[in-house]
Amino acid sequence: MKVGLFIPCYVDQFYPQVGIATLQLLERFGCQVSYPAKQTCCGQPMANSGYEHLTHDCNRLFVNNFSEFDYIVSPSGSCVLHIKDHLHDDKREGEATHVRTHIYELTEFLTDILKVENLTAHFPHRVGVHQSCHGQRGLHVAQMSELVAPPFSKPEKLLNMVTGLELVKLDRVDECCGFGGTFCVAEEAVSVRMGIDRVDDHVKNGTEVLTGGDMSCLMHLEGVIRRRQLPIKVMHIAEILNAK
Amino acid sequence: MNHADAAEKFNKDFDRTTWHDETLWWVRQKRDRAAFAIPEWEQLRETASQIKHNVLSNLDNYLIEFEKNAQKNGITVHWAADAHEHNQIILSILKSQGVTEIVKSKSMLTEECHLNPYLTENGVEVIDTDLGERIVQLADEPPSHIVLPCIHWKKEEIGVLFHKHLGTPEGCADPVLLTHAARANLREKFLTRRVAITGVNFAVAETGEFVVCTNEGNADMGAHLADVHIACMGIEKIIPKREHLGVFLRLLTRSATGQPITTYSSHFGKPREGQQMHIVLVDNGRTVQLGREQFRNSLKCIRCGACMNTCPVYRRSGGHSYHNAVAGPIGAILAPNLDMTKNADLPFASTLCGSCSNVCPVKINIHEQLYEWRQELTKSGHSPTAKTLSMKVMSAVLSNPTVYHLSGKIGRFAMANAPFVVNNSFNPWFKQREMPEPPKESFGEWYKKNRGEK
Repeated sequence: MKVGLFIPCYVDQFYPQVGIATLQLLERFGCQVSYPAKQTCCGQPMANSGYEHLTHDCNRLFVNNFSEFDYIVSPSGSCVLHIKDHLHDDKREGEATHVRTHIYELTEFLTDILKVENLTAHFPHRVGVHQSCHGQRGLHVAQMSELVAPPFSKPEKLLNMVTGLELVKLDRVDECCGFGGTFCVAEEAVSVRMGIDRVDDHVKNGTEVLTGGDMSCLMHLEGVIRRRQLPIKVMHIAEILNAK
Repeated sequence: MNHADAAEKFNKDFDRTTWHDETLWWVRQKRDRAAFAIPEWEQLRETASQIKHNVLSNLDNYLIEFEKNAQKNGITVHWAADAHEHNQIILSILKSQGVTEIVKSKSMLTEECHLNPYLTENGVEVIDTDLGERIVQLADEPPSHIVLPCIHWKKEEIGVLFHKHLGTPEGCADPVLLTHAARANLREKFLTRRVAITGVNFAVAETGEFVVCTNEGNADMGAHLADVHIACMGIEKIIPKREHLGVFLRLLTRSATGQPITTYSSHFGKPREGQQMHIVLVDNGRTVQLGREQFRNSLKCIRCGACMNTCPVYRRSGGHSYHNAVAGPIGAILAPNLDMTKNADLPFASTLCGSCSNVCPVKINIHEQLYEWRQELTKSGHSPTAKTLSMKVMSAVLSNPTVYHLSGKIGRFAMANAPFVVNNSFNPWFKQREMPEPPKESFGEWYKKNRGEK
């Protein structure tokens, strides 16, 4: 199984350890993983700001980098959702379609494609999951609280395989953290307030380590946590699943 | 004031923002309990959505059918192309009756058409009879929520307002006493006003009747006591058959307030003897929206307000920050249709979290339409030039791997060695959040070093 590793721009630049953990995790499960060196960004920052028409070159680059793989996997639900919903290339639409239909967020790839039922990870901490909206409501990696349907959560299923780990139950299970791409600066006041409220829910319920499948939300929450000097550590779920 | 500025102002009072958020979240939780008590809830949503889909595909026929049947029932039917025509029609009915005082129960359409200021300017006194609407009317401000118009007011503040306008004892904030005062005041209006205006929740094409839902019975009080009943409805409120009411009435209040059913769902079929009944069918941009395929679904809205209660942005910015009669996520997709220049900011007042679409009882893809509006507004030149410029730069950098890697390296170097470049007051991220700590090497650099060129 040839897997193309897509490490979003901000993870590449600010959180290399998340990329490393993702890579090692996939390799532990026997995937043949490659990281195309010429990748940059999925184009979502432009598209969500109303400039989808400026994403053509990013799209072309993405198709060039990833069309040869059986699967494309990324530690970011939001970027994956953007590719799934919006990646097109009028000259190579067939390859773009292959990319759109074979890209996976890490936890859904582990549960749905690799069908992981066991992990060897050990992480003796109280862990609170930030359920990111695009992963949850867009990719359906977990049931959303609005729907009258049985609950499930792919990230939590995986975290429950980690020995020593205790999952924290939150008051509001799936409220948005307020990151929202360029929203976090365009609507700074509301964005920060939402971040504070999300973090407070974790503090109140005893989270030691805050985790999730979307580093962008975690980057925003980490910014709030560090400014307010709260005793919570932020780690991407790949780092926890890869912990020994 | 645009949404971001108004929301920032709202957020200055931290505790009040907490209170606003918690109050509306409490309503969202009530909605959840009411929805989860119905095993076939998702099927109901789908059914409602499909009925509305049918309505929107055959809107002209259903409206003509409704008009024919309503006229047969003795109701006078008026057609208004826009807000101004709607207001003129109402004024002309009042003039023909020689009436200068009226009662009005809650109607978001009349808010959308700015009927109250229009009538006031033309010498008509309008008394809103919904308690929440009455409160904001006394305070001389618009409603902040379509179902809970004064949800942003605390009972102590209402006490002060009622002391000033209704003569309640100073310092009285007891909801029972305040409600009694409002009731006594409104009773006199109900008994003396000869014309009552109501909204319309559902109009049935098959029978020519319409349904008005209130929790206070105020629409009934107005309509039953008045000589003339004028009902105002947006043309999208039509449903084909009476049997469809069962679907919508089950969904409406559960979604709105978590109640199993509205306290009063009043069916108006024909005028009683000696009474006049008018209905004004208003377009006001709805056929334009019907013609915009990607936004057509927004006309399915039954005005339950569930998207507002669930919206984490609405809960922390308040209804007035949306500067439109209909606030929140649904308002943000309806408002640009009415005025793209004035409302270009609203589709950006969202994180696109998608909660609104999943809570919506008629399954409007609200967050997808917000995304689509962003594209439309940008393409039609409703974006600030500076933003367009920065997006072009961003696009150029991100579509060129060499430039991207170099920019990343320079950026991280600057953040590590000259943090003041980013950690300053010009950076909205840094205002209340720390910047990420730049690592020595990017993942790409680590990979090249540790895994070689593959």
